[in-house]
Amino acid sequence: MSVDLATVKRVAHLARIAVNEEDANRMMGELNAILGFVEQLSEVDVEGVEPMTSVTPMAMRKRADVVNDGDKAEDIVANAPNSDRNFFLVPKVVE
Amino acid sequence: MTDLTRLTIAEARARLAAKDFTALELTDAYLGAIEAANGALNAYVTVTPEQARKMAATSDARIAAGEAGALEGIPLGIKDLFATEGVHTQACSHILDGFKPRYESTVTANLWADGAVMLGKLNMDEFAMGSSNESSYYGPVKNPWRAEGANRDLVPGGSSGGSAAAVAAHLCAGATATDTGGSIRQPAAFTGTVGIKPTYGRCSRWGIVAFASSLDQAGPIARDVRDAAILLKSMASTDAKDTTSVDLPVPDYETALGGSLKGMKIGIPREYRVDGMPDEIEALWQKGIAWLKDAGAEIIDISLPHTKYALPAYYIVAPAEASSNLARYDGVRYGLRVEGKDIVDMYEKTRAEGFGQEVKRRIMIGTYVLSAGYYDAYYLRAQKVRTLIKRDFETAFHAGVDAILTPATPSAAFGIADQDLAADPVKMYLNDIFTVTVNMAGLPGIAVPAGLDASGLPLGLQLIGKPFEEETLFKTAYAIEQAAGRFEPKRWW
Repeated sequence: MSVDLATVKRVAHLARIAVNEEDANRMMGELNAILGFVEQLSEVDVEGVEPMTSVTPMAMRKRADVVNDGDKAEDIVANAPNSDRNFFLVPKVVE
Repeated sequence: MTDLTRLTIAEARARLAAKDFTALELTDAYLGAIEAANGALNAYVTVTPEQARKMAATSDARIAAGEAGALEGIPLGIKDLFATEGVHTQACSHILDGFKPRYESTVTANLWADGAVMLGKLNMDEFAMGSSNESSYYGPVKNPWRAEGANRDLVPGGSSGGSAAAVAAHLCAGATATDTGGSIRQPAAFTGTVGIKPTYGRCSRWGIVAFASSLDQAGPIARDVRDAAILLKSMASTDAKDTTSVDLPVPDYETALGGSLKGMKIGIPREYRVDGMPDEIEALWQKGIAWLKDAGAEIIDISLPHTKYALPAYYIVAPAEASSNLARYDGVRYGLRVEGKDIVDMYEKTRAEGFGQEVKRRIMIGTYVLSAGYYDAYYLRAQKVRTLIKRDFETAFHAGVDAILTPATPSAAFGIADQDLAADPVKMYLNDIFTVTVNMAGLPGIAVPAGLDASGLPLGLQLIGKPFEEETLFKTAYAIEQAAGRFEPKRWW
């Protein structure tokens, strides 16, 4: 399978990465090289093989369902590019 | 006084205990070495001298009080992927500009609890995506090794290039690193250092910037096998904050060193003999086989038939997980923000400017293979192939193999800005051909220096072990180190 320019632009938008014509053209070549490389997986017989979900056969450990963290709003917004009274500020989303 | 930076961790530990010198003197020796060399090598992106001296002074007090920890006063470098409270943590990316976490990763917290001293943060490929350290926002790291009689700058490998270069150039006693497809073992091989990627789940991933969560593991890079064993013991733990962290006690890896290899079975996988592999790599492999035979091990030819599919499967699984993990960098909660006409425009501009080429490439591949209509053909198939890769190893281990010996890399270190590699991303990916299988199967793997090539550059061998049998790897790698000796770069910087 290979991707065309329109697909590259669609995927870039899905990934929220702005691309211009030049970027999209370059990425198309790179993506097709990688997709060409992974194409060889189609020759593997995977009939009846379970997809891997965990490399170690162990039950996922779960923490006790209790509140053990919190009350650190200032820590959470400390690295924000723009915040006000412990809220993250973003451009207007709802009119 | 001898140059304190020449000591191994084991030697420094003994002499600190004997009060031959203080932790502060040892830390100052390393800070001086960094000051003198980092301009040339670019191994550190941030040095933390005040913090280092403060930690060293605390270590001196603890040594005086007889309360020394396992790594008391040992100065370490930390890969920029580990969250260190109040200190530069950017995965060497522009998109995390200015990020200083309010928390400490579990691995580094374990090291500080054992008395280690932080010298600073080490350079790496952006978000650990790369095999040459050239994708760092902070520029490439230079390998302390150069070919004999040449002055061309070589890469230290990647993604833990800063860690490997700093250890090889004696700019820290040891370093933390991480390995998703070979990022500890390949740079260790390129710099004549020892690097171990433990079994998935052995070190907590909490507080390590995520790349591909089902493959990422932390481990040490050190100047010899003993130092790697000492460091891993402190780094590893069971951590409730990482649900994939394993609930097994951490062994004292150092006690495994020097044990006999009599009766051990070492597997030699025929599929690791790849087309176009230099004769020197084959010769090194044969030397390794001879050393282990001399040490009493039995050598067995084995087959791992799905080996060639590990790298293509990796380039679906890892980018898919990365595209999901890196969705969080949106200009809202931390790091860089580029303003736009609306919120989506802001996201797109921020990510376009903040991520480098290689990171964008992988996010795009990951987004594509997970997108509607392609999931089964790519991602699901790759995860099934992963099951087959793991099954190959299990078959070998069930047949009685204790560890597997392979070359660590298909070549020695290559030049910075290699045109051939820059033109074709897949060529760069082939660097990980011998290491990536281990991540796909979640197994432990160690790279140990085994010799020099014709131009005098270091080459490494890799040992692959059963899950949570790192002790077997340390024991076997130690036997190789005893036979091969250790290798040091000639100082040019």
